[in-house]
Amino acid sequence: MNTMQRSGSGSLQSPRSPSSQAPFLSVSVTDPAKMGNGVQAYISYKVITKTNLPEYEGNEKIVIRRYSDFVWLHDRLFEKYKGIFIPPLPEKSTVEKFRFSAEFIEMRRQALDVFVNRIASHHELRQSDDLRIFLQADEQTMDRARFQETGIFKKKPADLIQIFKDVQSKVSDVVLGKEKPVEESTPEYEKMKSYIFELEDHLAEAQKHAYRLVKRHRELGESLSEFGKAVKLLGTCDDDALGKAFSELGAKSEIISIKLQKEAHHLLMNFEEPLKDYVRAVQSIKATIAERAIAFKKQCELAETIKFKEIDLNKYRLTRSEKLAEAEREYEMLKAEGEETSRRFDTIVRLMNEEIVRFQEQKTSDMGLAFHEFAKGQARLSNGIADAWRSLLPKLEAHSS
Amino acid sequence: MMGYENQESHLYASKEEMESLVLDDDSPNGTAHPFSDPLSSSSSLPFAEIPTDQSQTPNSSFNSILEPPSYAEAIFRSFDADHSFPQLNGAHDHSIASPSSPPSSDDFLTITVSDPQKEQELSNSLVPGGTAYVTYLITTRTNLPEFDGTEFSVRRRFRDVVTLSDRLAESYRGFFIPLRPDKSVVESQVMQKQEFLEQRRAALEKYLRRLAAHPVIRRSEELRMFLEANGKLPLVRTTDVGSRMLDGAVQLPKQIFGETAGGMVDANEVAQPAKGGRDLLRIFRELKQSVSNDWGGVKPPVVEEDKELLEKKQKLHDFEQQLSNVSQQAEALVKAQQDIGETMGQMGLAFVKLTKFETERAVYDSQRTRAADMKNVATASVKASRLYRELNAQTVKHLDKLHEYLGVMLSVNNAFSDRSSALLTVQTLLSELSSLNSRIEKLEAAASKIFGGDRSRIRKIEELKETHRVTEDAKSSAVREYERIKENNKNELERFEKERHDDFLGMLRGFIVNQAGYAEKMANVWKTVAEETSGYAKHGS
Repeated sequence: MNTMQRSGSGSLQSPRSPSSQAPFLSVSVTDPAKMGNGVQAYISYKVITKTNLPEYEGNEKIVIRRYSDFVWLHDRLFEKYKGIFIPPLPEKSTVEKFRFSAEFIEMRRQALDVFVNRIASHHELRQSDDLRIFLQADEQTMDRARFQETGIFKKKPADLIQIFKDVQSKVSDVVLGKEKPVEESTPEYEKMKSYIFELEDHLAEAQKHAYRLVKRHRELGESLSEFGKAVKLLGTCDDDALGKAFSELGAKSEIISIKLQKEAHHLLMNFEEPLKDYVRAVQSIKATIAERAIAFKKQCELAETIKFKEIDLNKYRLTRSEKLAEAEREYEMLKAEGEETSRRFDTIVRLMNEEIVRFQEQKTSDMGLAFHEFAKGQARLSNGIADAWRSLLPKLEAHSS
Repeated sequence: MMGYENQESHLYASKEEMESLVLDDDSPNGTAHPFSDPLSSSSSLPFAEIPTDQSQTPNSSFNSILEPPSYAEAIFRSFDADHSFPQLNGAHDHSIASPSSPPSSDDFLTITVSDPQKEQELSNSLVPGGTAYVTYLITTRTNLPEFDGTEFSVRRRFRDVVTLSDRLAESYRGFFIPLRPDKSVVESQVMQKQEFLEQRRAALEKYLRRLAAHPVIRRSEELRMFLEANGKLPLVRTTDVGSRMLDGAVQLPKQIFGETAGGMVDANEVAQPAKGGRDLLRIFRELKQSVSNDWGGVKPPVVEEDKELLEKKQKLHDFEQQLSNVSQQAEALVKAQQDIGETMGQMGLAFVKLTKFETERAVYDSQRTRAADMKNVATASVKASRLYRELNAQTVKHLDKLHEYLGVMLSVNNAFSDRSSALLTVQTLLSELSSLNSRIEKLEAAASKIFGGDRSRIRKIEELKETHRVTEDAKSSAVREYERIKENNKNELERFEKERHDDFLGMLRGFIVNQAGYAEKMANVWKTVAEETSGYAKHGS
């Protein structure tokens, strides 16, 4: 699509540490702001691009984008770069009152930031025109582009579901020992497919519990706070050492409750969200698997059609029919289409093989960081709690004597 | 592993899986279920040597608190030993009556309740066949001089406990007597037999131990007979309602004329509050009196420290209310602690499964690395989950004191009502005396107008004067009883205040040490994982 040379296929510079010579493309999604009123209200984000790439106008550009613009970018990339695992988007919010909560907005902003940065650091995707439009076009152009989209490229949900079902049943067929001829069935690919499907289940479960764990932190914080308040009231019944001890306990409980709330938030943003992101990434792979299945099916069908056409051709040759010329033309067209289709399919296969390696590596480092943040947060919380409680003991000792 | 349908079974499965998980380091065997009876869960906790000064304010444990890093182990052991070891002296933290320095540290009265057995009651009248009831084996070990032996057992049924409780209430008015277990009629129908019997056994034991810990009641004849006397419990006063009513009717003239043994009013009678059925006249009179009291009628002279008493009562009432509130919040806190522990454990298990999955299906090294990282987190989560469970079991034990004191407050209320009803008796008698006096005066005035005397009137005056004497004696008796009860109240209140102070400070200390200790342990678990994964922190995404 463009003629620029890229330095190496896999090795990318972290987009946030630019050096003056090497090409860089750094994006951030910030400053969520509520726009509009009532039912039409939505959140807009500032997307700031810093780059030295010649295709981009200037070193820095700021545009305003909304969630559906990100969706447009995602869908365009999905259509154009079959075989590549397109970075996943955070979900649409289904619960109305949650849509404008501070926490949801922050989670979404973070996820969108990660999304764009993953695209910007992917050696193929970063070269896309659509990315450039997304990062640079003014709001009206963006709106127009977005409106054009609906209908043309959008796959109907029913189609996708059917494709998933086909792929899924293929997996179970392999497990059960049946074979269906029109599906790809190399053993490595089968392994990979079943791995992906089972991985999603395992991950979803872990993520579910992680989400609950966030909630439990909040609940513990709340009940500790209520307990503290009640203990403080109990302390007012006595104006001696006992009363003071109760008051101190109550106050400390409230302090610890705040620590728990803070940790709940940290856990949500730095552990649960990355897990969720992992699940989305796996779902993105499933979408690519579906695309591959479509491409394979098309390839097979075309091959069939070409074979039949050949038979016809020979028939016409033998009978010296006047249909021969046209049939030959059609045959050539079919052959060309067949080659194109095969090439597309092969590209998908090749890309997927690269992508799966990249995916595994990325997930190891993403999850490694998430685990680290989780452990760090829990250690910090527990230490804070231990210190807080311990600080009461000398006072208590004084009250007892 | 489509997971969502089988949530319940998954839950139970994970508990077992958690138990059987092999962890890298050895962890304390925290198998105690958080809501089981604190007394019975103590057996699963490790306790090492028992410090000799166990019932003293443990200064030893404070020294270890002030020492750096993990004082947690030392604290836990000494605390567990304090509270999980069955009472040797009467001084046991579970009851109100455990003084922090026992009066004579060699006295002991240890009671155990065990071995529920079904027995048949032989029918005595109408019902053919017999009704079944349950008896419990009450085993006592003691060196108190009141008892005939040092180690003995009897079998008692729940009805006997009710009798004991009633007799104590009669004899020890004004004392803060521990409340007996409920009759629990509903529970006995609804619960499984075994569960109910165990619950009742534990409740009986707790009750008897509390009685044994009360400095005055432990030496009572009633308790001694209950614990020691073989055969049927000889504490029975008739509970037959029919004969009660009859008794009551028969008593009327006796009460008025004092015709009991030796013509003296049975001081016991006066000293008891008017009971239903038996003392009909008295009830009516006292009712009238209390009504007239309320309406500001006769103001009895026996009111001096009412203000102080009222203040005290109000304070206790406030305390009781706040205590109840704290007790509720404490329950919620325990639940929240349990929940977070469970969820942590479930998440850990989910990661364990993920780890196995990745390891089995790994094609790339990055997967193996990730599996290793995940395993650390999984293991830590499961450990943390166990720590939460232990923390909670201990928390329940500490905060149980709140619940206990709610029961104690009921005893306090009873003791104060003893006082009120004694006062009411005095007031009633005073007002009777007053009305007798005025009647005598009137009659004397009328009689003096007639020369030679009015035979019938004079007779009447004599009768009234006799009644007056009797009533005067009764009043003196009632006043003595009232003063006695007041004295009991005062002493008990002092004892209560001191024990409350010590008990609650002890509870707070225990609670805080527990929380701090387990938080420290958890911090250590996570610190390790944070260090092991610190490499990832450098390559921020």
